[in-house]
Amino acid sequence: MKILVTGASGMLGAATARALADRGDEVTVLQRRTAGLGLSEILGDVTDPDVVHRAVRGQQAVVHLAAKVNVTGTEADYRRVNVDGTRTLLQACRAAGVQRLVNVSSPSVAHSGSSLVGAGAGPADPQRARGPYARTKAEAELLALAADSPSLAVLAIRPHIVWGPGDTQLVGRIVARARQGRLPLFGQATALVDTTYVTNAVGALVAAVDHCAPDDVHGEALVVSNGEPRPIGEFLRSIARAGGAQLPKQHVPVAVARLAGAAAEALWSLWPGDDADPPLTRFLVEQLSTAHWFDQRRTREALDWRPAVGLDEGFAELTRTLQR
Amino acid sequence: MNRRARRPGGHVGLPAAKPDLGRCPDLDPAWSRLVDVPEADGSVHRWHILDTHADRDPADRDPADRDPADRDPADPDPADRPALVAGTMLCVHGNPTWSFLWRRFLAAAPADWRVIAVDQLSMGWSERLPAPRTLAERVADLGALTDRLGVTGPVVTVGHDWGGIISLGWALQHREQLSGVVLANTGVDLPVGSRLPGLIRLAHNPMLLDATCVRTPAFVRGAAALSHPALPRAVRAALAEPYATPARRQAVGDFVADIPLETDHVSRPALEAIATGAGRLDVPALLLWGGRDPVFHDGFLADLEQRFSNPDVHRYPHASHLVTEDAPRTAADTWRWVQERVTQGPRTQDRARRPHPQPAPEPVTWTQDDLPWAALLRRADDPAPAAAEIRDTVTTTLSFADLERRIAATAAGLSRYGLRPGDRVAMLVPPGIDLTIAVYACWRIGAVIVVADAGLGVRGMAHALRSARPRYLIGITKGLLAMRALRVPGRRIGVGASGAPAVVGGWDTDLAALEADGRGRTLPARAPADTEGAVLFTSGATGPAKGVVYRQSQLKEQIAKVADIMRIGPDDRLVAAFAPFALYGPAMGIAAVVPDMDVTAPGTLTAPALADAVAAIDATVVFAAPAALRNVVATADSLTPVQSKVLHRVHTVLSAGAPVPLALLRRVQQLLPDAELHTPYGMTEVLPATDISLAQIEAAGPGDGVCVGTALPGVSIRISPLDELGRADGPLTDAAGVTGEICISAGHRKERYDRLWATERDASRNPGFHRSGDVGHLDDQGRLWVEGRLQHVITTADGPVTPVGIEQRIEDLDRVRAAAAVGVGPAGTQQVVAVVVPASGSGSRRRLADPDLTAAVRRASPVSLAAVLVVAALPVDIRHASKVDRARLRRWADRLLAGERAGKP
Repeated sequence: MKILVTGASGMLGAATARALADRGDEVTVLQRRTAGLGLSEILGDVTDPDVVHRAVRGQQAVVHLAAKVNVTGTEADYRRVNVDGTRTLLQACRAAGVQRLVNVSSPSVAHSGSSLVGAGAGPADPQRARGPYARTKAEAELLALAADSPSLAVLAIRPHIVWGPGDTQLVGRIVARARQGRLPLFGQATALVDTTYVTNAVGALVAAVDHCAPDDVHGEALVVSNGEPRPIGEFLRSIARAGGAQLPKQHVPVAVARLAGAAAEALWSLWPGDDADPPLTRFLVEQLSTAHWFDQRRTREALDWRPAVGLDEGFAELTRTLQR
Repeated sequence: MNRRARRPGGHVGLPAAKPDLGRCPDLDPAWSRLVDVPEADGSVHRWHILDTHADRDPADRDPADRDPADRDPADPDPADRPALVAGTMLCVHGNPTWSFLWRRFLAAAPADWRVIAVDQLSMGWSERLPAPRTLAERVADLGALTDRLGVTGPVVTVGHDWGGIISLGWALQHREQLSGVVLANTGVDLPVGSRLPGLIRLAHNPMLLDATCVRTPAFVRGAAALSHPALPRAVRAALAEPYATPARRQAVGDFVADIPLETDHVSRPALEAIATGAGRLDVPALLLWGGRDPVFHDGFLADLEQRFSNPDVHRYPHASHLVTEDAPRTAADTWRWVQERVTQGPRTQDRARRPHPQPAPEPVTWTQDDLPWAALLRRADDPAPAAAEIRDTVTTTLSFADLERRIAATAAGLSRYGLRPGDRVAMLVPPGIDLTIAVYACWRIGAVIVVADAGLGVRGMAHALRSARPRYLIGITKGLLAMRALRVPGRRIGVGASGAPAVVGGWDTDLAALEADGRGRTLPARAPADTEGAVLFTSGATGPAKGVVYRQSQLKEQIAKVADIMRIGPDDRLVAAFAPFALYGPAMGIAAVVPDMDVTAPGTLTAPALADAVAAIDATVVFAAPAALRNVVATADSLTPVQSKVLHRVHTVLSAGAPVPLALLRRVQQLLPDAELHTPYGMTEVLPATDISLAQIEAAGPGDGVCVGTALPGVSIRISPLDELGRADGPLTDAAGVTGEICISAGHRKERYDRLWATERDASRNPGFHRSGDVGHLDDQGRLWVEGRLQHVITTADGPVTPVGIEQRIEDLDRVRAAAAVGVGPAGTQQVVAVVVPASGSGSRRRLADPDLTAAVRRASPVSLAAVLVVAALPVDIRHASKVDRARLRRWADRLLAGERAGKP
């Protein structure tokens, strides 16, 4: 299949492009700076219609990961990349006769700060989504799913907290902060949080490309995770230990954490983007002190997919790469 | 006009208007309609009703849009012509409620049933009439309404409170189409001069009537405030909404005034006709009963049970007067009843009445030899010791001959006192000689003993006894006092020293006096019959205790099964340290001794006390609860050499009631080296069902769950497999390796649950089998492995998971003293969580286990764990101190893992 992957400079985009190419797909990647993947590459911005039309021409499928994800910037910056970029891409896909679009989204598009316990993939809701990232991603997902039609099948895939070897964002920050003794835990740190080992997120996206079709799965949003939620404290501890760091013993009461800055931003800014350290916000503390885990039954059934790498296996692999 | 009729002063007619029902919880506004009903005198009254078939003809939905005069009132509206319905359920509310009460009955209706829930005239959203209605008028009103609605074909009436009486009035006037009667917390037993309870008595007083019912909303609010826990605010608001002003509340007062407790009351004849007629109705009847109703209390239930021939009864122990609110399942239970008793024809009705015949054929003739105490009769002249008890080191012994004489005398005395066959007698006597005599004397008369396990606590026992409603209580002063304080009815027969406490405790007589009175007398002759013998209440894992009814043949079979397991021959003697079985020695024809302990608290049995009991009658067999054995092992150091030696005489030890850990059995074996240790499995409803010895447990080795051995002779065990949501609804199987609910068929299976119609149907829905609520599997050698309780099954995205196997593997770790596995999250996608008690204790307040313990527990667990939590102790039940309260633990883990404050489990 001829496939365009946008945003291939990040961990997930790069790994997905590589996985598709490895199994024989003809992959082109589109991002601002070279991804160095040895694949056919178009450099440019997803907000530039000329670039996007050129990239989409002749493609059968598009995996759309390009987005503004970091926490700094004005709402207009987010809107330009996430909403306008997606709109541009959709127009180009329709013009070029692309048949499949896998729009990579985020579980945060459907939820505010409340606890998620075995939650399903609710509809994206820009009104309730918190922060400019989630808000604009929600709008983008609604646009993408609205474009679902007999000629263009659209699927929205929402991986939750992707991590793995080569991840400088989430893993790198947790390890660095743990080493500095700047990674305290909030409250009992028992809130269950779903995460996704990168190989599994890639597997789900590849399965999504295969199943995204008018006569298969289309027009819906699916949350992807390992299906193995862990207490946030245990997850952070496992990542830190993989990097050879110990987690400080101190636990910060949730109320205190809401006021004091610490490590939350590292977890929240898990997506590829620039390196600006976002400030700790009450929203982030909430994310780290409330449960976030999902019902994976529909996803697994729709994509005929299961995570290939268990969490513990993932931690072991991470340990090997970090301590090599 | 009769002087007792209420004068119409202060009444103002108000037309009915279509209410806005949008804010009423669970009520579909589409059911709401106004109906104009012509009366015999030519006037027309406008009713508000809820009707599942309201939308049949949209033009009819709001008669306010049309002039009723356009239509011939005698001609049923086209919309209401007999529709193709299997039947109609006619629901009548009481005072001061309205059709809202029945919303769940409408919501749960099958498509081919029409449900009509009325707002009585001057009540709810119906028209306010300028004068009060009498009972007879209200019955006639209802008939006029059903005529107008064209209700033909089978009708099931449903009535609550005063609506029950009115619905019965309608039923008596529509016998040809009546197919069933459902009554909820109502009553017809209102003799002239009866004393009304609290608020009603106040309201019935003419001086206060207007103040409580009309001028203030006290009565309206009071009726909705009886529930524990309180009804949701929205429900209370909905109940009160039609009665917002004094003008709208007039009829609330009228209803109270219409309670005809005076001979010359205008409604007295109508009430008497209904009360008498109710007993002649020959249709199936269901009584739904809130057990905490201070108004229509259990006495009314007992009266209705007597009036109807063999009614089905479901008593909801925690529900109050508004039983349909406090127990929302009343709707589903009623529809299930309609389906089984009304929809299915009369031929199947008989079968439904005794739904599941026991697999073992009943003896055709029941002779003296069939009686449970036949073995005792055979030794009636034997001077050898039969019963012994040790209290404060003093041993009291009674020979078989004396025991038989005293039972006979007590039975004769009880009979002269008024005890009749079938009467229920609650036993509040600690195990020992007095209890043995009382129980066998009652059985001899044909009475039914009611036994509530002391593990229920005093309140739990009172709950149980109130639901069983004994006519007599036989008890020690302490027990009788407590039950009197907790409003358990029945005449009180004291046991033990009389005197001041006896007077305070309200003894009506005492057992010793009855025995003396009966000496030398004989019982009235009675053909031996397999009558009901016992209602047993044991502390359930969750919820209020259920009364389990046994017939004498079932008790006898149970005793025989236990005797087989204990390998009892005529020369054996039993130490009975387990409350229910302390009674069974005489029935087995062997001597039994109760050791010096508090039998209601098994953990009080010490090793020396056990040895002394063995020595007292040279016992060969011991029956003790696991908690008792645990304490015996713990106190083994205080045995004298002589006592240690005495324990060698025991050839069998039986322990039941809760799982017995292997390690405990091994230590017991060291103390009683010559005994075979047996741990039968069963439940109050079928005990015992299987048996296994320590040697067999060792041979079986570890597995998924606790191996409880093979089925006893005459017992069959099947598995009802679990589906992906952990439900056990499929057909039964005996295939090896299939996990599901354990279903047991046996001759000594219980007769039924007492006053729990829906629960009984649920547990016995596979003919001949009891659904145990336990889950497990059979192995290829036919051994049963118990994996936990059905309600503790964890439903993961990969299918159901049972807790016990996981817990065993984790408890194998040296670092872990105890473990429990629970599921968090929504059914079908739950995550498994291990809660462990570390062997080293839990010094820290941290709930997450340390990294090493976490890793070890995850490795040991056969399933993926979301979290490993640490606690200082697992929450356990009171009775056995060994059944982990997993439901409570699950709620705790749910809160904690959602990031909420959770406190201690």
